[in-house]
Amino acid sequence: NVFSLISTWQREESQSQDTHSVVLQRMQLEKKESSERDCHLDTCRIPEVPRLVYPKAQLLKPTRVDVLVMTPWFAPIIWDGTFDSAILDAQFRNITVGLTVFAIKKYVVFLKLFLETAEKHFMVGHKVNYYVFTDQPANVPQIPLQEGRQVVVLEVRNYKRWQDISMHRMEMISNFSQQRFLREVHYLVCLDVDMKFSDHVGVEILAPLFGTLHPGFYRGDRQSFTYERRPLSQAYIPRDEGDFYYAGSFFGGSVPEVYRLTMACHQAMMADQANGIEAVWHDESHLNRYLLYHKPSKVLSPEYLWDERMLRRPPLLRKLRYVAVPKNHAEIRNR
Amino acid sequence: PTELLTLTPWLAPIVSEGTFDPELLHRIYQPLNLTVGVTVFAVGKYTQFVQHFLESAEQFFMQGFRVHYYVFTNDPTAIPRVRLGSGRLASIIPIQGHSRWEEISTRRMETISQHIVERAHREIDYLFCLDVDMVFRNPWGPETLGDLVAAIHPGYFAVPRQQFPYERRPLSTAFVAGGEGDFYYGGAVFGGRVARVYDFTRGCHMGILADKANGIMAAWQEESHLNRRFISHKPSKVLSPEYLWDDRKPQPPSLKLIRFSTLDKDTDWLRS
Repeated sequence: NVFSLISTWQREESQSQDTHSVVLQRMQLEKKESSERDCHLDTCRIPEVPRLVYPKAQLLKPTRVDVLVMTPWFAPIIWDGTFDSAILDAQFRNITVGLTVFAIKKYVVFLKLFLETAEKHFMVGHKVNYYVFTDQPANVPQIPLQEGRQVVVLEVRNYKRWQDISMHRMEMISNFSQQRFLREVHYLVCLDVDMKFSDHVGVEILAPLFGTLHPGFYRGDRQSFTYERRPLSQAYIPRDEGDFYYAGSFFGGSVPEVYRLTMACHQAMMADQANGIEAVWHDESHLNRYLLYHKPSKVLSPEYLWDERMLRRPPLLRKLRYVAVPKNHAEIRNR
Repeated sequence: PTELLTLTPWLAPIVSEGTFDPELLHRIYQPLNLTVGVTVFAVGKYTQFVQHFLESAEQFFMQGFRVHYYVFTNDPTAIPRVRLGSGRLASIIPIQGHSRWEEISTRRMETISQHIVERAHREIDYLFCLDVDMVFRNPWGPETLGDLVAAIHPGYFAVPRQQFPYERRPLSTAFVAGGEGDFYYGGAVFGGRVARVYDFTRGCHMGILADKANGIMAAWQEESHLNRRFISHKPSKVLSPEYLWDDRKPQPPSLKLIRFSTLDKDTDWLRS
């Protein structure tokens, strides 16, 4: 992750121009190439934390025995009880998080509740830029914001079909990643707007690349995942492959990684379009293909994406943090 | 799921058998063409451990990767030549011997950081700093790679933090107060990305120097400083005691596969 390298250069110890810091900087530059390739494999930052008081972890007492908390490639699966926010907030101080959300056509109506609840629950205490992509800037509501947080309205075109609106998010995020996000934020969180925050969503989610378990498939077998199954599509995944079914409504990571993901998905969708095929779940199908071959460095549990009307809440879900807001599909789409 | 905790509260993986898929990790790490370095210090009578260390490393350490052993010694002639597999090198680096074993022990951080600056940063991507009086008994692979890696000391993984043998005198830079601490890490194993190991060893060395100026030596020398530093610069990956075991202890059922452990030895004689 490029930003962790930069913060190392600027650490107080290296301020003096002695041989050690000069060599260290040269080392960082030389290693940047290789580390950007494998940076997504390591999820934790190593900035210094001040003396803190918190309960000690016990090696012989796993915090959760009812769920899997780590993938076989060492990505933490984030559940309540697995993390200590006091430590993480100290490790992630001085970062800015960008949140992208698309409010196109009638979906502007979701912004007020989305932003109000984000103010209460999303990255509280950290700097946040809400990037609101919309075709109606005048209809973006004015919400009182906490200090260090701002709304940036980005005017974009709409599409006639809701599927196209959904899919073109990838293109728009990749464009803006290059043009401005890289310079303005450390991490990007890409969310659906027809949702609200109902509990803490903090820096525990941040990693070079993360995806979220789709609430409808977290218990299923890979054969039951609704991956794209036609080999003609770029999003094709064979029946014997697949780690998880990730949701298109909640993904993110460092700006360079999100740029790579959204660019790859956009190009894959363009290729499909040229071949006269559209993946069964649109951008979500392409996201799943990308995350199968570019393993995320963190995975968010269904605490981070739930729909109370569609699913009965099981005991293993101790918190519901980001949940669907009821909507009339026929009413709201394609109008 | 194993009976061990698999994630620290700051979401660093705790590596133990069953938590990872070795084949998957190999497929992820192999294409990166990494070189992994190892530093060991074989001073005075400790040269006798090099052969067994290297032979066992050749069998179990980072199979399929490029490896570079750096053997620091005051007596290069005492270092045996060990046959190494392809893509694996050993360099013998002369250092000064010292009459007091404590001196030897506190110079390692300085030596490692200087070595990184002068040479290792050009030759390796990851570096492990290991004690030499140990052997590999089972595979040690890319599951251990990370930005900054610590290993849990086999003697203290089941006790409360108040009983950790931290340095408790506030005068020392390695001082840890009663309510602080995550795990007690062993000084015999640490590592990570070479730039991070540089930061880490340099930081420890500065603390050791400051203590020297104040006429104090921490209770467990470098291990005390290492533990102090790992509290404020938390490791991004933690190795379970499988990766740093003491053969004199009975193996608990929660530790499935001992990979790296001490050789039973007479420490008094060695340090004389």
